Amino acid sequence: MIMKKHIAGAAILAGMSLLGHGAAAADTIKVGVLHSLSGTMAISETTLKDTVLMMIDEQNKKGGLLGKKLEAVVVDPASNWPLFAEKAAELLEKDKVSVVFGCWTSVSRKSVLPVFEKDDGLLFYPVQYEGEESSKNVIYTGAAPNQQAIPAVDYLMKEVKVKRWVLEGTDYVYPRTTNKILEAYLKLKGVKDEDIMVNYTPFGFSDWTAEVAKIKAFGSAGKKTAVVSTINGDANVPFYKELGNEKISAEDIPVVAFSVGEEELSGLDTKPLVGHLAAWNYFMSINTPANKEWIAKWHAFTKNPKRTFNDPMEATVIGFQLWAKAVTKVGSTDVEKVIAALPGLETANLTGGVAKVLPNHHITKPVYIGEVRGDGQFDIVWKTTATVPGDAWSDYLPGSKDIEADWVTLKCGNYNTKTKVCSGQNYK
Amino acid sequence: MIPRNWAKSLASMGGPGGPSPAALFGAIFIGILSAVTLLLPARAADSPPALQAPVQSLLQRLPAADYDDKRQLIEQLSQSTDPRVRPALAALLDGRLVAAGADPHLYILPLQGGNARDAITGEEAPAPPDAAPIGVNNQLRKALRVALAKFELADPDVKVRRAAVKEILRAPDPSILAALRARAPLETDARVRADIGAGLALADLGSAEPGQRLAAVEALKDNLNPEVFNRLSAMVTASDDGQPAETDARVRAAAASALHSIESTRAIYANVQTLLFGLSQGSILVLAAIGLAITFGVMGVINMAHGELMMLGAYATYLVQQAMPEHIGASILVAIPVAFLVSGLAGVVIERGIVRFLYGRPLETLLATFGVSLLLQQAVRDIFSANNRSVITPEWLAGSLEINDALSITYNHLYIVIFTFGVFALLQLVLRRTRFGLEVRAVSQNRAMARAMGIRTGMIDALTFGMGSGIAGVAGVALSQLTNVGPNLGQSYIVDSFMVVVFGGVGNLWGTLLGGNALGVVNKLLEPVSGAVLAKIFVLVFLILFIQRRPRGLFPQKGRSAES
Repeated sequence: MIMKKHIAGAAILAGMSLLGHGAAAADTIKVGVLHSLSGTMAISETTLKDTVLMMIDEQNKKGGLLGKKLEAVVVDPASNWPLFAEKAAELLEKDKVSVVFGCWTSVSRKSVLPVFEKDDGLLFYPVQYEGEESSKNVIYTGAAPNQQAIPAVDYLMKEVKVKRWVLEGTDYVYPRTTNKILEAYLKLKGVKDEDIMVNYTPFGFSDWTAEVAKIKAFGSAGKKTAVVSTINGDANVPFYKELGNEKISAEDIPVVAFSVGEEELSGLDTKPLVGHLAAWNYFMSINTPANKEWIAKWHAFTKNPKRTFNDPMEATVIGFQLWAKAVTKVGSTDVEKVIAALPGLETANLTGGVAKVLPNHHITKPVYIGEVRGDGQFDIVWKTTATVPGDAWSDYLPGSKDIEADWVTLKCGNYNTKTKVCSGQNYK
Repeated sequence: MIPRNWAKSLASMGGPGGPSPAALFGAIFIGILSAVTLLLPARAADSPPALQAPVQSLLQRLPAADYDDKRQLIEQLSQSTDPRVRPALAALLDGRLVAAGADPHLYILPLQGGNARDAITGEEAPAPPDAAPIGVNNQLRKALRVALAKFELADPDVKVRRAAVKEILRAPDPSILAALRARAPLETDARVRADIGAGLALADLGSAEPGQRLAAVEALKDNLNPEVFNRLSAMVTASDDGQPAETDARVRAAAASALHSIESTRAIYANVQTLLFGLSQGSILVLAAIGLAITFGVMGVINMAHGELMMLGAYATYLVQQAMPEHIGASILVAIPVAFLVSGLAGVVIERGIVRFLYGRPLETLLATFGVSLLLQQAVRDIFSANNRSVITPEWLAGSLEINDALSITYNHLYIVIFTFGVFALLQLVLRRTRFGLEVRAVSQNRAMARAMGIRTGMIDALTFGMGSGIAGVAGVALSQLTNVGPNLGQSYIVDSFMVVVFGGVGNLWGTLLGGNALGVVNKLLEPVSGAVLAKIFVLVFLILFIQRRPRGLFPQKGRSAES
């Protein structure tokens, strides 16, 4: 009886993972969607899957690409990092998709990277990340550290006059690398060791009492203190709750977050968060015609006028448009040709600027700092005057400042300008 | 903070009853202010009506102003004694001051139900539907708090006055200190007077007169306010040119000794706080584990779905809140029995449907209940979506109890400690003092004999499992206040729960209580030293070593039944 249950359960599970594998029609262009639809990251990634589906829908309404309709191939890697690699291989080898939009966490990207390089696929990665990477087969439409973390710290230093820094993060590769870069940057700016506190907590951490007490004690040393938060996922909710309970308001110790956006705030009582900051390249509240148009399209597509739009979704939209432009330009979906055509291509972003693909496979982005409002949206309090080009290899880390990524002239993602050697990731 | 009685103070200030103490203070206050800042002519104090036109125009400029202009407007407004200023500024701070497009009127939205008021006439007037709150940013909020604190210094409520003094001490500038100095002789409440005294002493630390500085150090030597600590340490430490900031040796010595005593007091409180944090985390562990202590400890069933039963309790809380949005405060109390019933019933169904066929086959029970846990998770994902649900924290659970400047504990943790002990006591009472408890113990100790005595063991099994599950649901209510209510809630607690039960000694509720709290305290002692990640690892390693030495946990069960 129990065995039967298990078999039934396994069948259900298998059935779910197969969902979305449509029958292959001959004259369509297949677009792979590799976002977790279950597990811890489902909260963030499900909306990105919907965004890609909306983009495909939009494109098909315009007649598709190269006279063919687009067809989505959706797989669910279930927030399971090794499964990401398996599903990526499935998309590239079995389904033979022309392009993949996917991944959120850096660990999932690192997991699929060898697959894309081996099978020569094309991945558009839409999330802000820690940098220190440039692959021939990936276009990074999210922010590199110099497009989010560094400007945010600059803002706090110059406008808020912050002298003491807490770098608080979740314990994995993105926060650790970002904090390493930030620490080096702060020290370069003359911040002393004793004025920097770095702290990590596990995924899904919920008992923040001692951590917040530590921040409070660190912040009561007479110097203006700010928290730079690379806390990821749902650990943010109890973190902000605890800040509220300890009566640490944004006026005393502002928290600037790199992974908290409209989507994360939508399931949250935002009252204790008002005034805290977030740094992104896009905010839903930015008042431009393009932004309004896309939000309207999104609401129509999801049939829900309350759905939020956020930064990684904008990056997905930009990535899709860039891909469509490249395909139209070369008249083919051949990955080799599309990759060669991408650098230099431009498309309008949703905030009135231009996103241009750079030779290092990153794009130009504006940087915005927003304060959380009572309604879960952000008030823009600062922005860069021009778009910032993404820098794959940080200039503030000793090992990486001499490294250059250039897929146009150097044909290398990891070129050491001092030793003149192209190394790493098997590139020649 | 909130001008509950602004209508009253309006009446008393402008009314025919003569100047109230508040108005009197206002007049003195503005007089001193103008003397200090020279911004206002002295006669302004005598004729408030003359100021009323500017207040109106200042207020009306707010909606269109940018943040810098707004700051100046707030600055100017805060120097007025006009009774309309305080409610307007308080509303601005809360985002309740709204204006619509070209409409020159400003409206103050009520805190709770009721009608909006016109900020300028003070009359009730419905706000237009397209009215939007006037935006404020962090700097403005700070300026507003300070501005409001000036008004609140004269508030009839002692608590409001204390909060105001505290607010002022965070950003002491000359004009505010003047206000504080003016308030000191008028203050009737001893604690507020002490706070004001500390604030003035703090200001005197910067005095040019060594005697005054010495007196100020003396006055502050037992004060735990972090600002005091910072100022005193700045006095004794060498500044950039190698010379201590404090030039007078006597003052320096006094400051050093004051610092020493403050430091040692602060260290004691820091330890107390760590202990409290440990107990609060321990209580959460106990609460999560106590249901398991019954199903696993007493019945010997390895229930991997225990975490999901907690999750059901948390979702029950969410549903109760959805059902009674007007009574968020009471919803948590209602949720406790509801969650108990929901999870308890689910437990009975699991026991009757699956577990009872598998008694004595722990491995299969483990697999089957693990399957149940997956089913429950996916069911919740399908019904409520994968996104977390937001359970609102009622006001009586938010905030913290500040015992003094160095020691505070948040209410939610405080209540959870109390709640855990309550649940534990109730459970002990049920097990020790009721017939049902007697039967549960009888069945767990010797099933065959119990059956021979006429106990319906099947029903007792179901009810015991239901009770353990119900308590898991109750734990879910508490967890909904601390962590995210989502499909994965249970997974993050299941390992910890087993850890506590095994550590405490299987089958012993006291062991669970002590074990949970011990693990909590150890964890919190380690956390500041090693960081949260390593602390958790250390605790696990410690536990493994401990189990090696004492495989039956802290309090092993004795007697024949334990051997089987």
